[in-house]
Amino acid sequence: MEILSHFVQALTPLNVLLAVGGIVAGTIVGALPGLTATMAVAVLTPLTFTLEPGSALIALGAIYTGAIYGGCYSAILVNTPGTPSAIATTFDGFPMAKRGDGDLALTLANLASVCGGLVGAVALLLLAPPLARVALAFGPVEYFWLAILGLTLVAALSEGSLLKGTIGCGFGLLIATVGTAIVGGDTRFVFGTQTLIGGVNVVVALIGLFCIPVLIDLVATPDAHIKVNAEVRGYRLDEALRIGWASKWNLMRSSVIGTVIGILPAAGGAIAALIAYAEARRASARPGEFGKGAPDGILASESANNATVGGGFIPTLTLGIPGTPADAIILGALLVHGVRTGPNLFQEQSAIVYTFMFGLILATVLMLPLGLVLGRYAYKSIIAIPKAVLAPGIAFLTILGTYAIHNSMEDVGLMLGLGGVGWLLNRAGVPPAPIVLGVVLGPIAEQGFVQAWLIGSATGDLLGMFFGRPISLLIIAAAALVLFYPALARRFAGRRTAE
Amino acid sequence: MRLPRMIKHALAGATLALAAAGSASAFPTKDITYVIPFNAGGESDVTARLQEAPFKKLAGHGFVIQYKVGAGGAAAWSQLNSLPADGHTIMGINLPHLFLQPMQGRVAYKTEDITVINVFQLTPHALIVPADSPIKTIEDYIAEAKKTPGAITVAGTGSNSANQVAQRSFDKAAGITTTYVPFTGTAATTAALLGKQVRAQWGFTTVAVEQGKNVRMLAVALDQRHKLFPDVPTFKEKGINLVGGAHRGVAVPKDTPEAAREQLSGIFSRINNDSAFRKKMEDGGYVLVNVGYKQVKPFMDGLGKEYVEIGRLLGLVK
Repeated sequence: MEILSHFVQALTPLNVLLAVGGIVAGTIVGALPGLTATMAVAVLTPLTFTLEPGSALIALGAIYTGAIYGGCYSAILVNTPGTPSAIATTFDGFPMAKRGDGDLALTLANLASVCGGLVGAVALLLLAPPLARVALAFGPVEYFWLAILGLTLVAALSEGSLLKGTIGCGFGLLIATVGTAIVGGDTRFVFGTQTLIGGVNVVVALIGLFCIPVLIDLVATPDAHIKVNAEVRGYRLDEALRIGWASKWNLMRSSVIGTVIGILPAAGGAIAALIAYAEARRASARPGEFGKGAPDGILASESANNATVGGGFIPTLTLGIPGTPADAIILGALLVHGVRTGPNLFQEQSAIVYTFMFGLILATVLMLPLGLVLGRYAYKSIIAIPKAVLAPGIAFLTILGTYAIHNSMEDVGLMLGLGGVGWLLNRAGVPPAPIVLGVVLGPIAEQGFVQAWLIGSATGDLLGMFFGRPISLLIIAAAALVLFYPALARRFAGRRTAE
Repeated sequence: MRLPRMIKHALAGATLALAAAGSASAFPTKDITYVIPFNAGGESDVTARLQEAPFKKLAGHGFVIQYKVGAGGAAAWSQLNSLPADGHTIMGINLPHLFLQPMQGRVAYKTEDITVINVFQLTPHALIVPADSPIKTIEDYIAEAKKTPGAITVAGTGSNSANQVAQRSFDKAAGITTTYVPFTGTAATTAALLGKQVRAQWGFTTVAVEQGKNVRMLAVALDQRHKLFPDVPTFKEKGINLVGGAHRGVAVPKDTPEAAREQLSGIFSRINNDSAFRKKMEDGGYVLVNVGYKQVKPFMDGLGKEYVEIGRLLGLVK
């Protein structure tokens, strides 16, 4: 029962206070577009240097969890993901808010985040060493196929015209090639500028492509930003719980997908949420509702991205290999505290590790009431603020958030430029989602492909490299299912009615 | 353009002179802005965080750490000289980056634009294999590579990076061919090694410290064996002339007054003698080096010549 004593240790008043503060601070930072979970952790890390390592870890874990969750606020209310992890939350979150169900969407996102967060944290507590091996079994070729699986989502995100969706995705992939190539070091499409040498930052693209069109529409149309129901309906917790219970398999599947993808060092919350979304849509009885405000879309995306928190800590703590960029910062903070992660951590400093794991579970549970209250507050502010204040307010935040990424005005220019292009494309029927899909998945697909090609050529088994590995085959099968299942199902249904 | 800069220079100098006249330890007069051109949590950031406590003890003021990430550090370095030059702004530097990036001809700074004032640490190149690899020694590695040229896949972080420099230099000296597979960031690189996606990894001693008994270091690029790894030979012992790695230090905007440069550099040299700092760095696999203000120029010139050769090897200079 030694483990239980760690649980009691985690429950000191200071630690509970830190968890509460961390969740609140993280949620607020995460909700602001441009200020990502990684940045929240980076900015608040120095504040934890005065704490005991165990308490510092709890604070950082809570900030991180809160920030990943907070990204859903702006995704649902303003159609702009607050962090890249919330990209897939915009697909159904904003349509729900638009039709007047913003309060329900926020409560669903809260429930899903807590559920995903708990699955990830419990996996960290109970299954860390075996799951860490998953991270290692994932080679370049698996990353490549995973990105391809993600790209199959383009069919779902095209809003009608598959051709236009594919054009958007191609544009996104093209943006992803800008800058210095990791493999080979060539610079591509920089047009002699300095700004583009490092490539187009995903968050810059996100803010430009999602937020600028929203802003333009906000000032160009007289309608209210989102529909508001006259009656006060509170949190709509009962309704949300009922929906959540009906979708329990979706929640579990998405949480597991999030945990596993969180473990992979080169993936992250955005990809986890996108893949979970694709799977939820494929498994759904009503895939046609996805993208038009389906609660299942929010549940999938939000449970998966919060599950990556616990998942990401698995390789961070057991292997000393950070699962996400935010984990890398926490790892650095641990080094400053004199805690060495890696193979020996569990033996040498198990007290800190277990205190942290219970602290993470505690923070995730606390996120339920805290998130509901914060979400309510965010919703009320968005509907109470008149458009004349809301539009410049959001505009200010987009510029501030973009500037904060690299402290660079050039990024702001790039964001505005992409925003203009995004707005024009949107008018032409090319929605922003497939473009962003290309931007996020392009680099992973490219690197995985080239690395697998290099390794496959060196070992003289190129075909076996791409099509001979069990995990790869599983992912290829999943991608094929996503692509061809609708057609097959229709055919099958057609034959049935013909009989 | 010349005139305002001179005035700025003169003003900064005057302020400093005034401050210096007040008392000997009046500089710095406020917290130092320390710009890190890499992500939080990386080697440069961890070093800066560890330097802060002794810096505060010695100088009476702390750091304001800022991150200016992008283009492998070039985003920050190309702006260094436009930052305030009153001695209260410094920027982390990384070698070989400062030499190799300008050779590729696309970044907006030249190596000689960067006023390095102190180089304080080194992460030595290390050739690393999984602990259970059949390759046990550097001789095994060379023999394996000679048997089927190109068949050994070796991971490293980035292209035209310190890791690739090590791979090319070693292969040339040993007369072998291997396949270099670049990854993004040390995390992904190390995961590829532990997962046996590749046969070996060109990394630093810091990787071997973090991974402990999961990995074996075949050799290390130092003059003498590393304190933490008394059983691991140096490349030199094995007859291969590979000594070096990634050096880190600090630079200042070029108009920073001479006196401030010297004083700041002195403080960083003294931080290296702080025993608590020393221990934390050495336990992490870092090697502290002391290239103070007077030695920086010859040090940079010497390395610069070496990197022209390496640039040729990488195909960056014709």
